[in-house]
Amino acid sequence: MVYITRIEHFNAAHKLFNPGWSKEKNEEIFGKCANENWHGHNFELYVTVKGLPDKETGFVFDAKKLSAIIKEHVTDVLDHNNLNVDVDFMRGKICSIENLIIGIWEQLKNNLPPTAQLHALKLYETPRIFVEYFGE
Amino acid sequence: MHSTSNKVAVFRKEHFNAAHRLNNPTWDDATNKEIFGKCNNPHYHGHNYDLIVRVTGVPEAETGYVMDTKKLSDLIKEKVLDRFDHKNLNEDCAEFKNLNPTAENIVIVIYNLLRPEIKTELDIQLRLYETERNFVEYPV
Repeated sequence: MVYITRIEHFNAAHKLFNPGWSKEKNEEIFGKCANENWHGHNFELYVTVKGLPDKETGFVFDAKKLSAIIKEHVTDVLDHNNLNVDVDFMRGKICSIENLIIGIWEQLKNNLPPTAQLHALKLYETPRIFVEYFGE
Repeated sequence: MHSTSNKVAVFRKEHFNAAHRLNNPTWDDATNKEIFGKCNNPHYHGHNYDLIVRVTGVPEAETGYVMDTKKLSDLIKEKVLDRFDHKNLNEDCAEFKNLNPTAENIVIVIYNLLRPEIKTELDIQLRLYETERNFVEYPV
């Protein structure tokens, strides 16, 4: 089994906000991330697909095709957008990176061909904060 | 003993995360969209900005420092990070009420915030990364 990873990036605005809480409680729990006028990040996304190299191509999955699928279904949807306002698959969710990575997993799972076995995602919000998700 | 007449550059790297949009209010929406593309999104987008401050001067005889980097760090925090971190540059920051928050304009604003706080015999130059791939320098 070989694991191949494609790295993509997008820049977006968001805020952490629970609409069921008061402004004070949101500020207490989310701190400066609750700023109602938004803030933003350069996000980096690692997408890992696993499989056996195809006999004819030597590829687990064509990295260029993987890039095109990520671009169409994830980065074009997120890049230079506001995660809370502009992104359908985040609607009604708190826009933490934890929820975002699960949302991205669903986007990819639904759009990758059966030959591409999605193994893991890693999402950096800053160079110092990242999450991983394995679909578990 | 080496000569102390030589100038040395010291660097401090800091970072802040902020939202912004590029928009010229004297243009119509179509022109803004044409010129600024996806950066014009009215709902904003954002970046992790990395700021590198370069201070150049002769090391002081008594301390061996060009400038105490802890003091430089505290200064950047007070004048720059506390002002811009986790903010919307267009909405929250008076500096950009009438100034498009491009990386070019941000770096000039930051220079003008820091310059009066640092001894005149020291030169400062800033490098501001908007992304890993886009960065600006001032003054040049």
